[in-house]
Amino acid sequence: MRWRRLTGNRLSLAALCGILLVVAAALLAPWVAPHDPDETDAEATLSSVSLRHPLGTDIYGRDQLSRLIHAARVDLLVALSATAIALTLGATLGALAGYRGGWVDQLLMRAVDAIMAFPAFILAMGITAALGNSTANLVAAIAITHVPIYTRLIRGEMLKARETEYAEAARTVGNRPRQIVLIHLLPNCVPPLIVQATLAMGFAVLTVAALSFIGLGIQPPQSEWGQMTAEGAGYVVSGEWWLVLFPGLAIMATVLAFNLLGDTLRDVLDPRMRGVR
Amino acid sequence: MTELLEVRDLSVQFDTDEGVVEAVDAVSFGVRAGEILGVVGESGSGKSVNALAILRLVRPPGRIVGGQVRFEGEDLLTLSEEEMRAVRGARISMVFQSPRTALNPVLTVGRQIARLFELHRGASRRDARRRTLEMLTRVGIAEPERRARQYAHQLSGGMCQRVMIAMALATSPRLLLADEPTTGLDVSIAAQVLELLRDLGRRTGAAIVLITHDLGVVAEVCDRVTVMHAGQLVEVADVRTLFARPLHPYTQALVRAIPRIDQDVAMEPIPGAVPSLLMPPPGCRYADRCPRVLDVCRRERPALLVAAPEHEVACHAVEREGAVAIR
Repeated sequence: MRWRRLTGNRLSLAALCGILLVVAAALLAPWVAPHDPDETDAEATLSSVSLRHPLGTDIYGRDQLSRLIHAARVDLLVALSATAIALTLGATLGALAGYRGGWVDQLLMRAVDAIMAFPAFILAMGITAALGNSTANLVAAIAITHVPIYTRLIRGEMLKARETEYAEAARTVGNRPRQIVLIHLLPNCVPPLIVQATLAMGFAVLTVAALSFIGLGIQPPQSEWGQMTAEGAGYVVSGEWWLVLFPGLAIMATVLAFNLLGDTLRDVLDPRMRGVR
Repeated sequence: MTELLEVRDLSVQFDTDEGVVEAVDAVSFGVRAGEILGVVGESGSGKSVNALAILRLVRPPGRIVGGQVRFEGEDLLTLSEEEMRAVRGARISMVFQSPRTALNPVLTVGRQIARLFELHRGASRRDARRRTLEMLTRVGIAEPERRARQYAHQLSGGMCQRVMIAMALATSPRLLLADEPTTGLDVSIAAQVLELLRDLGRRTGAAIVLITHDLGVVAEVCDRVTVMHAGQLVEVADVRTLFARPLHPYTQALVRAIPRIDQDVAMEPIPGAVPSLLMPPPGCRYADRCPRVLDVCRRERPALLVAAPEHEVACHAVEREGAVAIR
């Protein structure tokens, strides 16, 4: 029934298909990419869109479609790991702050406020610049900037949940605080968490691409959408339009798909939004 | 008769921005093994807080400021939090006012009952599940297998309350605190739930503290009754005496406020409202509503005195008439 709501709307169906397509491309990259992404071809440098190279080639004659497909792996992997880490950490801290309250809450929330006080992108830039730009550090940088989102969300949900009668009932039967939070309260916070994680996935992809665009993220020769866009930008004036257009489109479509899916999930999972268009 | 639970001078306060609210003021009463004790009073008279205080679950800004809660020989107020957790749900359990919101919306009802066996009996998942189905059958739920897999929103209100009762009785507690268990249920379902409570209480030997504002319910199922007004206990009596010869002016007013269909007398509402519990004056809190108020009522708090066997009352006016013997 809920599945129907997700696929019933043409826009959300398109978003879902788009995400599945990118995920499939990432998972099956070695098999679906027409060429080796690092294989150079001196005969076909900077060749335009053709049957042999559907999205053209770059200055070394590498096939752009293959590079985009392999880049999907990196972009999704970094975004997904960062989201998973941020969600786990953020939900734990949020649950602790919300349920315990008092000085624990004060301490955690002021720390979170401190992170939020920095513009997220500048903070991520600073972290990668300071730690060095390995993939692991990139994941860490994005995860840290995303932790406050989940902490605040779960803290708020916890504040509501702990005052409910079923929380009271869980206390009267002798549950430990940890059991109350984990077994009785957290499952009630899952729907908004899923929505937030989906929206944040799009934002994480964008951040990976942006950091790589300015040279702080994924390093060549590994292909990455933002970095490819940056390289391609240099060729706009000389007419090799495919080098900047397709990586840019890949970023835009992926981010858009995650945002649309997140919005639809909110409508489906949040009972208060049910029936509202 | 031996007392299963003995509450002595229990006081609960809430710290608010405006000052201290004395929600429960030095309340003393006993519950005997196997009996059903009614606790009646208007909304805001401290009935529910009283029950939560017995389980030591008054949440901040509320706190227990004094008294004793002796249960099976030990003072619950002196136990460690760890020891208290072994009491909650196992030896004393609670049934809530609105079963639908007291059940967790995202856990199946079967899972919620099974938790009790895992928590207090160290049962394995399988074993807990088997006992859950037994429990559901005992509280009269048809098709227990199917119901156990459902969520609270898929069950009717009466069925939810049966599930709550199954949870409360799962670990055979000695004492059951039922906080207005029939509010929000329609009359015939409420009667069934009460019947079930009384029946299971009798069979397991559990005592029941039935918190209610419905004197009809009290007359039907309780053995003894305590009457609370504005956080103070005003009268304790067995149920016949309470309805036949109420002594405290508040109890008398309550009994007169019951609409009658067998006699042609008008129902008499009680004047005034429950007074503010925010820094209340010393003395009897019913003084401002009482037709028999004396000077001493506003100065001194009346003590709970024995008027007759099984009948205690806290009232200066009654005391002055010499109807009570000093305990």
